[in-house]
Amino acid sequence: MRSIDAIDIIMSSVKKTDIVLSTTGYISRYLFSYEKRHRANFYMIGSMGLLSSVELGLALNTRRKIFILDGDGSCLMDLGTMAMIGYHKPSNLIHIVLDNGAYQSTGGQGTITDSINLASLAASANYKEAASFNDMDALKKGLGRIVRKKGPSFIRIKLKNDKTVETGRISLEPDEITDKIRNILKDEK
Amino acid sequence: MGAIEKKILGHLKEKGYTFYAGVPCSMLGSLIDTITSDKSVTYIPAVRENAALGVASGAYLAGKGACVLMQNSGVGNVVNALTSFNLIYKIPVLFIISWRGFKGKDAPEHIIMGEKTIPLLKELGVPHRVLSNRYKEDIDWALGVMKKKRIPASLILPKGLLE
Repeated sequence: MRSIDAIDIIMSSVKKTDIVLSTTGYISRYLFSYEKRHRANFYMIGSMGLLSSVELGLALNTRRKIFILDGDGSCLMDLGTMAMIGYHKPSNLIHIVLDNGAYQSTGGQGTITDSINLASLAASANYKEAASFNDMDALKKGLGRIVRKKGPSFIRIKLKNDKTVETGRISLEPDEITDKIRNILKDEK
Repeated sequence: MGAIEKKILGHLKEKGYTFYAGVPCSMLGSLIDTITSDKSVTYIPAVRENAALGVASGAYLAGKGACVLMQNSGVGNVVNALTSFNLIYKIPVLFIISWRGFKGKDAPEHIIMGEKTIPLLKELGVPHRVLSNRYKEDIDWALGVMKKKRIPASLILPKGLLE
């Protein structure tokens, strides 16, 4: 499975009211191609690793479902945040790690994710659901089941290290991304 | 829990600051105790200062007034989050930073950061002010700058202000 296949499957189970956050690098660039179909996306362009903590702060302050499309590199960079998510247990948080075993946007150098079982780690950190999927059929079935359950949920998706997918740059300015999400959430109250 | 901590929290609450995240410092202990014993506000213990900043930033995205409490040793841990997230995404979060190593009088590990805290904040372009007995004015100044510039501001807590 390529990262774009996984993101397509995930976005087909995301509802209009759900918020999707995407980590630095190709994951955000690819998710940006969904901007017209799903406006409630937050693209992180810098601060690798930080986004899972932003997700926690968001999830604790809204009833909407919050998805994060994390990478293996960014997840490993701030593993401690998983302990915080498991401790505070926001039931609306879905933490998805797109695990291609590589730092894709810097040229595909390997991460060290092969030697760690991220789903077991999430279970140990007290996420309510933790699963790992290797193929598209399993992901489709498993994702539908997990999205209906109370979180926090963790899903690790094993991917190929595909360097070939062309994606556009994110054309929104960072502060426009902030304003967009704040305005979407303002309507809630 | 002293009276001044309650007054600081009371003023912040009045201004809409109900979400707190942080990493403890002995100098912040009484303020954190005051926050955690107040049921009308949230305190999120963070594993690292940048995670506290991330959580507070997420709360801001959801419309909350958010504050990070940390020791000045944590300034180093938030530099990248500031330069490549908060300052460019325009996410104003209030920092309350305890000042260890003030004027070179402290344990060895605090001396360098004690001297560099304010130059570092200046260099990063994060507005800062040392908290004084006129803390309401100091808080209002910080919140004013944050509103105007939409970036984080810092209040530096000197030794002896809290009880």
